[in-house]
Amino acid sequence: MSKRKALTWYQAWGIRLIAIVAALVVCAVITSLTTGLNPIEVYATMFAGAFGTTRRMWILGKEVAILLCISLALTPAFRMRFWNLGGEGQILIGALGTAACMIVLGDTLPNVILIPVSIIAAIGCGAVWALIPALCKAKWNTNETLFTLMMNYVATQLVAYYVIVWEVPKGSGKIGIINQSTEAGWLPVIAGNRYLLNILCVAIMTIGMYIYLTYSKHGYEISVVGESVATARYVGIKVGWTIIRTLMLSGAICGFTGYLLVAGTDHTLTTTLAGGQGFTAVMVAWLAKFNPLGMVLSSLLLIFLGRGAGEIATAFSLNQSFGDILTGVILFFIIGSEFFISYKLHFRGSGHKDKDVPETSPNSVTSGTSDGQDSENSKEKREDSANV
Amino acid sequence: MDNTTPAVALRGITKTFGTVVANHHVDLDIRKGEILALLGENGSGKTTLMNMLSGIYYPDEGQIFINGEEVTIQSPRDAFRYGIGMIHQHFKLVDVFTATENIILGLEEKGRLDRAAASRKIREICDLYGFSIDPDRKIYQMSVSQKQTVEIVKALYRGADILILDEPTAVLTPQETEKLFAVLRNMRADGKAIIIITHKLHEVQALSDRVAVLRKGAYIGEMMTRDTNPQEMTNMMVGHQVSLNIRRPDPVDPKPRIEIKGLTVTSPEGVLKLDHIYFDIRGGEILGIAGISGSGQKELLEAIAGLQRVESGQILYLHDDGRKEELVGRDPLEIQKLGVALSFVPEDRLGMGLVGNMDLSENMMLRSFRAGHSVFTDRKHPHELAEKVVEELEVNTPGVSTPVRRLSGGNVQKVLVGREIASSPKVLLTAYAVRGLDINSSYTIYDLLNQQKEAGVAVVYVGEDLDVLLELADRIVVLCGGRVSGILDGRTADKNEVGMMMTELGGSERIKAKEREE
Repeated sequence: MSKRKALTWYQAWGIRLIAIVAALVVCAVITSLTTGLNPIEVYATMFAGAFGTTRRMWILGKEVAILLCISLALTPAFRMRFWNLGGEGQILIGALGTAACMIVLGDTLPNVILIPVSIIAAIGCGAVWALIPALCKAKWNTNETLFTLMMNYVATQLVAYYVIVWEVPKGSGKIGIINQSTEAGWLPVIAGNRYLLNILCVAIMTIGMYIYLTYSKHGYEISVVGESVATARYVGIKVGWTIIRTLMLSGAICGFTGYLLVAGTDHTLTTTLAGGQGFTAVMVAWLAKFNPLGMVLSSLLLIFLGRGAGEIATAFSLNQSFGDILTGVILFFIIGSEFFISYKLHFRGSGHKDKDVPETSPNSVTSGTSDGQDSENSKEKREDSANV
Repeated sequence: MDNTTPAVALRGITKTFGTVVANHHVDLDIRKGEILALLGENGSGKTTLMNMLSGIYYPDEGQIFINGEEVTIQSPRDAFRYGIGMIHQHFKLVDVFTATENIILGLEEKGRLDRAAASRKIREICDLYGFSIDPDRKIYQMSVSQKQTVEIVKALYRGADILILDEPTAVLTPQETEKLFAVLRNMRADGKAIIIITHKLHEVQALSDRVAVLRKGAYIGEMMTRDTNPQEMTNMMVGHQVSLNIRRPDPVDPKPRIEIKGLTVTSPEGVLKLDHIYFDIRGGEILGIAGISGSGQKELLEAIAGLQRVESGQILYLHDDGRKEELVGRDPLEIQKLGVALSFVPEDRLGMGLVGNMDLSENMMLRSFRAGHSVFTDRKHPHELAEKVVEELEVNTPGVSTPVRRLSGGNVQKVLVGREIASSPKVLLTAYAVRGLDINSSYTIYDLLNQQKEAGVAVVYVGEDLDVLLELADRIVVLCGGRVSGILDGRTADKNEVGMMMTELGGSERIKAKEREE
C-alpha cells in the first residue's frame, strides 16, 4: 500500500462513481435478501421520495439550504482545527433572539425595521454563544469540543424557559405560530415560494464563504493556525484573536440559521428546532473536506438519503431502520472510496502477506520497483505507509 | 570464542514499502566481539534493515541466520529471544517509572515480582560494563545520556548478545560519548556483537572495527576501519567524490548588530532557562551556539525573535546608523520588520516555520501575506518566489504546488532557509539547521549561511555537532544550564575545551569580567 500522487479530478470522481455503483449493488442484494422486494423499485421510490414532485423538490431544497448553512458556519472553525460541536446551541440561541424580537417588537415595528433588527439579534446571540468557548480556548486553552457541546444544553434549557414564558395559549407549553395573523417579522414570500429566499441566502453565503476561506487574508490565517499554532505565532499571526474572530463568525452564521428557521420556515420556537442538524453538519463538512462548494453536494446527498429512506419506509410499510441500513451502506462506500483516492494497493505475487508466511518462498515477487526514486523521498513515503 | 560463525548473517534481505524499495538484496555479517558501523545517507535503508533484525518489520525476501541457524523474527519478542536488542533514536521508556521498572517492563517471569532482585541484577550488569545509573531513579529525573544507559541495560538484562544502536551519540556531549564508547568497548571485549548507526565519521574511526555501507537500499561494500578514511567512506555513501571541508571565509568588517545584556528567561513552570546572559551578535560573522540540548538555546532564539516572555534584561538591536532599539516586549511582527529572521528548526522540522500541508508557494506567503491593503491575499509574488527558491537552491520537488510535507528533510530545510533569506534579513537565526540531513544537503546549508555572512548578515547557528561548529563558526558561545559558560574564537577553540564548558561553567571568570565592563 502506498500513498498516491495527487489524482486528477476526473480520476478521483471516477473512483467515487464506482463506489456509488458498488454501494447500490450491495444495497440491492441486501434488499432482495431481507425483504424480497425488487431493488430497482425500491431505488425508484427512494428517488421519487426526494425529487418526485415539485413540492418535494422545494422541501428538499429548503432542507439542503438549512443543513448547508450550518455546515458553512462550522467550516471556518473546523479549518482552524477548532471542533465547534456547539452548532445546535448557537442555532437555538439565534432562534431565541429572533423569536424575542418577533414577539416583543412584532406589534410596534414595521417589517422593514423588524426584519433587520431580528437578523442582527440572531447573529449577535449566535456570535456571543460561540465567543464564550472561544475566549476560554484563547486564554486558557480549554477543550473546545466539550465546552461547545455543554453550551448546547445550556441553550436548550434557556429556550425551554422562554417557551414557557411566551407560551400561547397559557398552559399549553408551546409558543405556537408567532404572529400568525399579522405575519410580522416573517421573511417575505418571493416569486410565490416561501422557501426561495432561504435558498438564495444560503447560495450567496456558500460562494462568499468559499472566497473568504480560499482567497482572503483571514482565510489564510485560519489555515495556518489550524495547521500549526507554533508557525502562526512565529510569523506574527495573533492566534488568540484569530480564534475569537473565527468563532464569532461561526456562531454568527449558526445564529443566522436560527433566524432562517424561525422567520423563514417554522415561524415558531421549540427546543428541538435544530433537530440534531448541528451534528449532521459536522459530517457534511468532513465529507466535503471543508470545501464550501463540496458541501453543496454532501449536504444534498445526506438530505436525499434521509428523505429517500423515509419514503421507502412508508411506501413499502417497512420499518424506518431498513432505510437507515441502506443509508449506512451507501455512506460507508462513499467514505471508503476516499481511502482509494489517497492510497494505492499493491499486490505481491503468490498472495504472500507480511508477517504471516515464514520467509521461505523464494519465488515471491516484489512489485513495482522504482529505481529513479530519490532515496530521501522514499523515506518520507515509507513513513506515510507505515502510518496507515 | 567462535569467530568463524557470524553472530548474525543477513542474506538477500529485501523490503519494499509500496513501490519504494527500502532494502534490496542486502547481505551482511555481524561477528561476535566486533563493533560494526553501518553507514549510509538518509533514506539509504539502515534503520529499516535494523528494524527487520529487531522484529519491527518483516522482510519480504531473504534469510536471517543467528549463530548459523536460520530464524524467523516476527516481533520484538522474537528478537529478544534470539538475543537481539535495539536502542532506538527515540527512547521507549515510561517517564514516571524507575529505571528498574522500565527494564523489567513486559518481561513474563513466573512467580512474584521481585523488584529488589531485579535491582540487584541491574547493578551487576552496570558493574560489569561500567555503567553508572541508579536503578531506583525515575526516568523523568534523568539526563538524556542516563536514559540511553537505561535502554542499553534493558537490552542486556534481557540477555542481548547482539546490540544495535541507532545514532546513539546524536544527543550526547563529547564526554558522554567517550563514556558510552568505553562501555561499548567493554561489551565488545565480553564477546557481544555491536552494530552502530551513525553519521559522524570520526566516531566511526574511533570506535568501530569494521564499516559497512548502504546506498539507496543496496549494500555497497564493507572494509576494515583501520584501512579506510573519512573521504573514502563518504564517497562510498554518496556515490561520488565529495569535498569534506567546510568553507569559512574571514568575516568582513564585523559590526555589532544585537547586544544581549543580562537576559533572563524563566519557563511557565518557573524553571530558570536563561540566567543573566551577556554577549553580542555581529553582522558579517557566524556566531555558533554550543551546548547540551536544553541548555537554553531554544529560549535564547525565541527571546530574540519575540516569541518568548523575558523575565529581565535587554536585547538591543543596533541600526546601521548606530541607533539602539529595545527588542524585549516587542511582538514578533515588529521584530521581523527590523529584519530579524528566525529560521528556527525544531526537532520535527515542520513544527515551526513551515506548514506541512500547504504547498511551497503558500508557505512562501507566510512572511508576506499581510502586504497591501486588500482583504485578499496576493498569490502571484509568493508563487514567483517559490519558483525562484526551487531554482536557485535546487530544491528537489515535483513543483511549487506540492505540499512541503512530501519533500525530504533537506529540501524542506532549503525551502525554509530560502524563504527567510528572501526577506533579506539583517539577522538570521538558525537552530539545528542540518539535523538529520545527509552530507550533501548539509553542505548546501553551510554554503547558504556563508553567503549570508559574506553579505553582512549576522548569522546565529545553534548546532549540535561540535566538529561542524568548530569548522563553521567565527565565534562560539557555549551555554551550560542557561548560562554563558564561555565565548571562544572558532578558529582557535579546542573541541575538548568546548565539551568541558558545555558540562560545567568553565568560563565563569569571563562572565564576571564582562559584567564588570557593563
